[in-house]
Amino acid sequence: MAGTSYKGADIEDVDHFIKGGGIDSEREQIIGQHIGYRYDVNLLPDYEKLTPFLKGYIEFMGWDDLNWLEDVHMGYDDGKAAVFDRNINGWVAIPESYDLPDNQQDRDMMARELLIKFQMSPDHPMVQLNKAYRKF
Amino acid sequence: MESVDQESISHEMGMHTQSLRGRDIKTMFSLENEGGYAYAFAKDVDFNKRTEIDIENMTATECNTKIRSLMDEGYGTIVIKNPGAKHSIIVGILNKMNFIVEGSLGYFGCGLLDGPTVRISGRVGWSFAENMMAGVCVVEKNAGSTFGAALRGGDLVCKGSVGSRTGIDQKGGTILVGGDTGAFSGFMMQRGRMVVCGNAGKNLGDSMYDGTIFVGGEIQDLGVDAVPGELTDLDKAWLTRKLTQYEMMPSKGVDHFTKIVAGKQLWSYDNLEPSEKKLVL
Repeated sequence: MAGTSYKGADIEDVDHFIKGGGIDSEREQIIGQHIGYRYDVNLLPDYEKLTPFLKGYIEFMGWDDLNWLEDVHMGYDDGKAAVFDRNINGWVAIPESYDLPDNQQDRDMMARELLIKFQMSPDHPMVQLNKAYRKF
Repeated sequence: MESVDQESISHEMGMHTQSLRGRDIKTMFSLENEGGYAYAFAKDVDFNKRTEIDIENMTATECNTKIRSLMDEGYGTIVIKNPGAKHSIIVGILNKMNFIVEGSLGYFGCGLLDGPTVRISGRVGWSFAENMMAGVCVVEKNAGSTFGAALRGGDLVCKGSVGSRTGIDQKGGTILVGGDTGAFSGFMMQRGRMVVCGNAGKNLGDSMYDGTIFVGGEIQDLGVDAVPGELTDLDKAWLTRKLTQYEMMPSKGVDHFTKIVAGKQLWSYDNLEPSEKKLVL
């Protein structure tokens, strides 16, 4: 039935969505698509896993913790590890040459670091959008 | 002239011909041209370069324009005096910054922020920090309704009590309330975290799709599809860290907090539904 809940937190295999999983429930099989997020959106960050780059970012911004990055997780799109970039409203895939850690917490930290590097790059689409639409 | 140039850029980007199909941008990380820690278009400001502005006789537009010109000059800390509960102050700042407001703000203060830290010694009106993307906003006294409406990221703190519909349509970030919150808090919450140290009014978490609400006091009643969840050790550690960070830690700790999550009975994301509904109708 519609509304069959998928709970990201119930997935035990960290590679579930890379191995082709995601169409699991009866409803998902009927419609041929996955329902809901492909990760646990409520997973809180483990600060023991913070990377040096992220520590530098926090210090630069003058914050005490990850701030908005607490909501960034490594997700999975089309069977590939990817991060959702809210500034372009799209998924950014992790190149296959990258070795993925074996647990979601480390993957989330990797996703946060890559996303910051991507968003702050002069090649990021928002740089062009800013030029095209900025009002002041 | 500038607006004509802007329009030509948006045409070149295909923004006027792009079909609206939802998420249609897919790309691959390419980090050959890495930036630093700030947006490429961000202003280079220094937290140690501090100034004060008295906005008693300024309009909201004049105040926001003045803030931008000070940022252009590299000021990273701006103290705002005599805000007089003006509306729509400190909005649309996509930069690291420090703002210290000596007084109270009116409606829609600190909206659309992405990065700054704002400390307000007084109260704030409706829809404070609406649509905030990132940053920290701390209000020392009470806040009006729809506090943190459509919040997307960052920490939003009210050390007093807040009105109704706190965090309505919250899409991320953290809302911390030291006192009580009114009815329909967390209405249509989609993700993020809300912490209420005091009591919560009627219909808490009504129609929430996801996200987490922690309440330290009494909950008058739960809304549709808001259900109790299990408070984990990770939750307790996170609550302890956040509440300590903003000097809001209750004397009895965090073990007594009730965790509310979505029952997820309202999820209906699949694309067959519209056609099925047509068949039924």
